[in-house]
Amino acid sequence: MSATSRPPIPFVSGPPKPTYANDEYSIRSWVLTTDHKRVGILFLVTTTLMLALGGTFAMILRLEHLTPDRTIVDALAYNRLFTLHGIVMVFLFLIPSIPAAFGNFLVPIMIGAKDVAFPRLNIASYYIYLLGAIVLLIAMQAGGLDTGWTFYTPYSVQTPAAVVPSLIGVFIVGWSSILTGLNFIVTIHTMRAKGLGWMRMPLFVWSIYGTSIIQVLATPVLGLTVALVALDHGLKWGLFDPARGGDPVLFQHLFWFYSHPAVYIMILPGMGVISEVVCTFCRKNPLSYKAIAYSSLGIAFVGFLTWGHHMFVAGLSTFDAGAFGILSMLVAVFSAIKVFTWVGTMYRGSIAFKTPLLYVFAFLFLFVFGGMTGVAVATTSLDVHWHDTYFVVAHFHFIMVGGSMTAFLAGLHYWFPKMTGKLYSERWGLLSASLVTAGFFVTFFPQFLLGNAGMPRRYYDYPPEYQTLHVISTVGSWVLALGLTITLTYLLWALKSGKRSGDNPWHSASYEWMTRSPPPKHNFDEEPVFPTDPYDYTETGGIAHHE
Amino acid sequence: MNEFLRRLLFLPPQASAMAASVDALHYFVIGVTMFASALVGAVAWAFIVRYRRRTHVDQTVRVHATLAFEIPMIVGILSLFILWWVIGFRQFVRMETPPANALDVYVMAKQWMWKFSYSEGPSAVERLTVPAGRPVRLIMTSRDVIHSFYVPALRMKQDVIPGRYTTMWFNADKPGTYPIYCAEYCGVSHSRMRGELVVLSDEDYDAWLGGSEAQAVAERTAHPEASFDTNTDLPSRGRAVAVRRACFACHTDDGQRHIGPTWRGLYMSRVTLTDGRIMTADEAYLTKSMMEPRADIVAGYKPIMPTYHGILEEPETAALVEFIKTLRDGPPDPSVALPNVEAKAEP
Repeated sequence: MSATSRPPIPFVSGPPKPTYANDEYSIRSWVLTTDHKRVGILFLVTTTLMLALGGTFAMILRLEHLTPDRTIVDALAYNRLFTLHGIVMVFLFLIPSIPAAFGNFLVPIMIGAKDVAFPRLNIASYYIYLLGAIVLLIAMQAGGLDTGWTFYTPYSVQTPAAVVPSLIGVFIVGWSSILTGLNFIVTIHTMRAKGLGWMRMPLFVWSIYGTSIIQVLATPVLGLTVALVALDHGLKWGLFDPARGGDPVLFQHLFWFYSHPAVYIMILPGMGVISEVVCTFCRKNPLSYKAIAYSSLGIAFVGFLTWGHHMFVAGLSTFDAGAFGILSMLVAVFSAIKVFTWVGTMYRGSIAFKTPLLYVFAFLFLFVFGGMTGVAVATTSLDVHWHDTYFVVAHFHFIMVGGSMTAFLAGLHYWFPKMTGKLYSERWGLLSASLVTAGFFVTFFPQFLLGNAGMPRRYYDYPPEYQTLHVISTVGSWVLALGLTITLTYLLWALKSGKRSGDNPWHSASYEWMTRSPPPKHNFDEEPVFPTDPYDYTETGGIAHHE
Repeated sequence: MNEFLRRLLFLPPQASAMAASVDALHYFVIGVTMFASALVGAVAWAFIVRYRRRTHVDQTVRVHATLAFEIPMIVGILSLFILWWVIGFRQFVRMETPPANALDVYVMAKQWMWKFSYSEGPSAVERLTVPAGRPVRLIMTSRDVIHSFYVPALRMKQDVIPGRYTTMWFNADKPGTYPIYCAEYCGVSHSRMRGELVVLSDEDYDAWLGGSEAQAVAERTAHPEASFDTNTDLPSRGRAVAVRRACFACHTDDGQRHIGPTWRGLYMSRVTLTDGRIMTADEAYLTKSMMEPRADIVAGYKPIMPTYHGILEEPETAALVEFIKTLRDGPPDPSVALPNVEAKAEP
């Protein structure tokens, strides 16, 4: 194949050209931007702040559990803190983080488009998110919300806390999620570069596509549900309050109809990041492109049929429990397929042991453990013991932190040069990735054992026999926080004074690296064509010509 | 082996045969989980070492999974998961199907206590007494929000839902005392909504059930605060009521601030309410605070106390008020003996 078969990458020879980040400097050019890359950066900064905020609440919660009874806060404050932690992490960090930050920045570039289909809707989505976040935080802080992020009725209908303003906040944030998802679906359908077929898109785009479908289909149900709870609380409609003839379990069905698919909103984009990172750092094609792409869609659809596994002991009929159990087994198979495909991708690769790859390694181990404990809790009889104990807490933190946050960090390091044109210190990167992984494991592994021992979740005061495991978990959280603090520090330092990265520091064949780093305002200097496969590292194709 | 694995995984004692069979499946599932994640980690690590990058321009060959590899893999994983589902669901069906000869106990949950009523035998708060080796069915409902009845030693849990009855059954075969927890978040004292399951041998159970006077008297002598004894003075009875009704989950009698105001020095004191009113804590105020707790909230506290209207019986209310009166200053004076009133011991 001749070198003319793909456009040359405009490496940094010649005079520096303006990029999306430095063509304009005014505050106005950022806050009123319609550039998908700037919107992505706005989301990245805001969601990272939310991660720090939610993490701070988590640190106070862990500190409280150093001793069985009161350590630093009282019972009411504790209940408010775990509510704040859950809501901030779920609605303000996990759901928007990867799709709205990395998805916005990368999806248009990966498909060779100049921007998303609806750029103004895109920046509107950011401000809707910001407004929702502010309403939520003020309402929770001023009104002392103590319902947990699950808002279970009838407690949420009866508590004197500021339930209605908080639900309005969730409702607003949901709109942002719907608009972002809609934008991606239209963008991916209509704006792919000439000749770029569906089965050649980078796998990250597939995962964002699957995620967007869930966001568009499921989020309206959440909006409806929180609106009904608000009417119950504010106007005493009594839909979910048995004291007024309502059914509290109906709420759980509606809530989990959104919130179980929402779990996949949180993990699917992370899976997309892992697919990209593993291929680039192993210089390999994925073991099976179709298996990864189709399993993203499989998760997106089957994920809608498993919500009942949150309700095995909530008064579901025996038959329903069995049906939801077996459907949950099906959805787990799609994740298993992905894991084996990623590991198989490493086979006969050329593996660079860099920070993003270390995060991938951590992800593989933690995600398999977290995922299979998910299969374990979907096994009906076992769930009867584990439901609402620390076992479940450990399980979903393995998925949400060990999976999603690890993937977020992998992506942050992988695309840091793409977004900033700078390199971070690899040595600090590897050190803090090790600290984060070790700290995470020490924090959450003991919580599986706490759950086995019967420790219920959301317990302020616990029987003294659980103390040893709680202390280990709390110490682990300090290591995790240290790792994350170091990460933030060296990334900020690198942003200011890091070495220039060049356009393609990882020698990736994927499409987002086929332009300058950071990219120009309209992504490509010339109309892009992508004649080769994004994962072609053979001697004849792809990246070989640019070395 | 069972005992070794049980301790290794921090599982509580197995108080029933069902608990033992659930644990057997637990060992299988968790064993495979640990093995699979260790295997994936080890293989990934081996690849990272074996295929580490040698030069910056390494090229690789294309490797594609064949269907002959993928299909057995998918079928294998799915079969394993379905095997777990089959075993687990069979156990679940057994858990959900109480035998016809089960002994019924009525359970009423409320923020934040458990009340157990038996067709024969005395009712009790926070202590469920059952015979060993006989199936027991709990018929449960809640007065306020959703609670969840959880006995780790039985590996059993069932949500308790206001407005409907849910059931749960078990056959505890080992006499002993096992903790009961509320597993569904239900408000500020969720973590203090605990109780105990007392499994008695047939002999002990008959003695307890027969309400044999001797047994009751013996218990009364051993724990004078535990029963509502009509032969003692009202303040002592008030203290017993406060213990039995779990008032001390939120109030203290020694001056310490807790979820609710302390009773020490409360009687006839001037209290400032959240709306600025100042009231004297007299008998009327104390009684109203039990029956309509959210009407007059003391400044600095949350309106979270549930009403005791229809729960506390008249003599119990009177005894509580008398007890709080004795805490006005100094420790309760045992010499203050009041005339007995007619009172029923039915809580």
